[in-house]
Amino acid sequence: MLEVKRKYKEMVSQYVNSQSEMDLYSGHKLSRQFIEKEISPEEVIGIHKRTLKELFPEMDEKISHSFDFLIEVMIHYGLALQEHQSLIRKQEEHEMEMNIAAKVQDTLLKTKVPNFKGLDIGFVSVPAKQMSGDYAYFVSDEQSYASVAVADVIGKGIPAALCMSMIKFGMDSMQAERSSPRLVLDIVNRIVEESVDDSMFISMFYGKYDAKDSAFSYASAGHEPALLYKADEEKFVELDAKGLLLGVQSNVLYEERTVHLADGDFIAMLTDGVTEVRTEEGFIDEDLIKELLWKVKDEPSQIMADTVYRHLGEMQNFQLRDDFTIIILKKEDKKV
Amino acid sequence: MDYRSSVEIYTEWDIVAARQLGRNEARKIGFGTVDQARITTAISELARNIYLYAGKGKIEIERLYENGVFGILIIASDQGPGIADMRKVMSDGFTTSGGLGAGMPGVRRLMDEFNVESELNVGTTITAVKWLR
Repeated sequence: MLEVKRKYKEMVSQYVNSQSEMDLYSGHKLSRQFIEKEISPEEVIGIHKRTLKELFPEMDEKISHSFDFLIEVMIHYGLALQEHQSLIRKQEEHEMEMNIAAKVQDTLLKTKVPNFKGLDIGFVSVPAKQMSGDYAYFVSDEQSYASVAVADVIGKGIPAALCMSMIKFGMDSMQAERSSPRLVLDIVNRIVEESVDDSMFISMFYGKYDAKDSAFSYASAGHEPALLYKADEEKFVELDAKGLLLGVQSNVLYEERTVHLADGDFIAMLTDGVTEVRTEEGFIDEDLIKELLWKVKDEPSQIMADTVYRHLGEMQNFQLRDDFTIIILKKEDKKV
Repeated sequence: MDYRSSVEIYTEWDIVAARQLGRNEARKIGFGTVDQARITTAISELARNIYLYAGKGKIEIERLYENGVFGILIIASDQGPGIADMRKVMSDGFTTSGGLGAGMPGVRRLMDEFNVESELNVGTTITAVKWLR
């Protein structure tokens, strides 16, 4: 402190005689030391006042008093600065905690795409912020049944992520691979209704594939329709089923429907982070997604999913506004 | 050595009187200009809180001498509504957004020691100390 005061006096003394830019530059550098040593603005003015008194003992008392006024005024700036610094430190702590939470979520919600005979599965899920409110779930016995769910919490960030963890454990506790989709949604709905905040709603699309007759049964809790591509007709069909969002009320009847897949047919399950991509020109046309999928329909499912993400991501400069999840299930051409 | 003087806070003018009292005392104890201004600002904030939220109360100033060091003690007390959420009141960002000035975190930063005791519907007592170094 004494050292800084001495330097300050030296520099002011030089400057008032020379008025050179060089001395001002030294002052500029000194201010960095003031900040590093956490010397507050009012303290700097205090130092200035004392410096003047020492350099110009004959200075008018009134001018000296005027600095007391300035000190009073600057105290709040000093406090605001300290508060600012403390808030920055706090923010750094929060960011660190967020990183850890995101890692925990990654581990917690890690889902393994099953290796299922006769079904080629591709999957991409990218969070908009650090933590995702989308969830994709796979379960299969690797031979006869494969079940797949995609869910989206209305909202994003931490609350959505916490909510998702609960869904995961709800689903894990069921023997879901054989259960019918409407039953699974019914149970998950009860869990959500009972244990999640009233302001939080979740949409979910749940499907079960039965290899025996290539049947895909599905139910939806207010989720985006899935897209079914029929290879022989070369056209897309929307798969939608009636059902309320999860968590609205406890007794909901979920409709269940079934389609049969032929070789080359594929199903794309999406969240609204995919269908409601917004660019500077507005929302994208939903035909665009069909078009993208159609172009790569002969590629492996993972490449199809990656392509859709890359293309839609590029359109918004990879600044996602919502969590983005796409799952592709394709009945393989190869005979089982 | 203990010497206490006080100002009752009823109107905004009393805030000025409390400031004056604190500044005079700080000067007599030997605080420099900048610390005088800090102590006065702390008193000002505390008195203002009394005036705005409790309606009436008291600021007391006491000269301290402990272990060979001089200091100043400020006691702000009121029989107001008390502080419902102490954590909130003591956290950064809360006061600035509410436009209450430096607030409690500010007072704590201006002084060396700071303590709040508050009970809902009974009142609040805040003590703050600054030592002469």
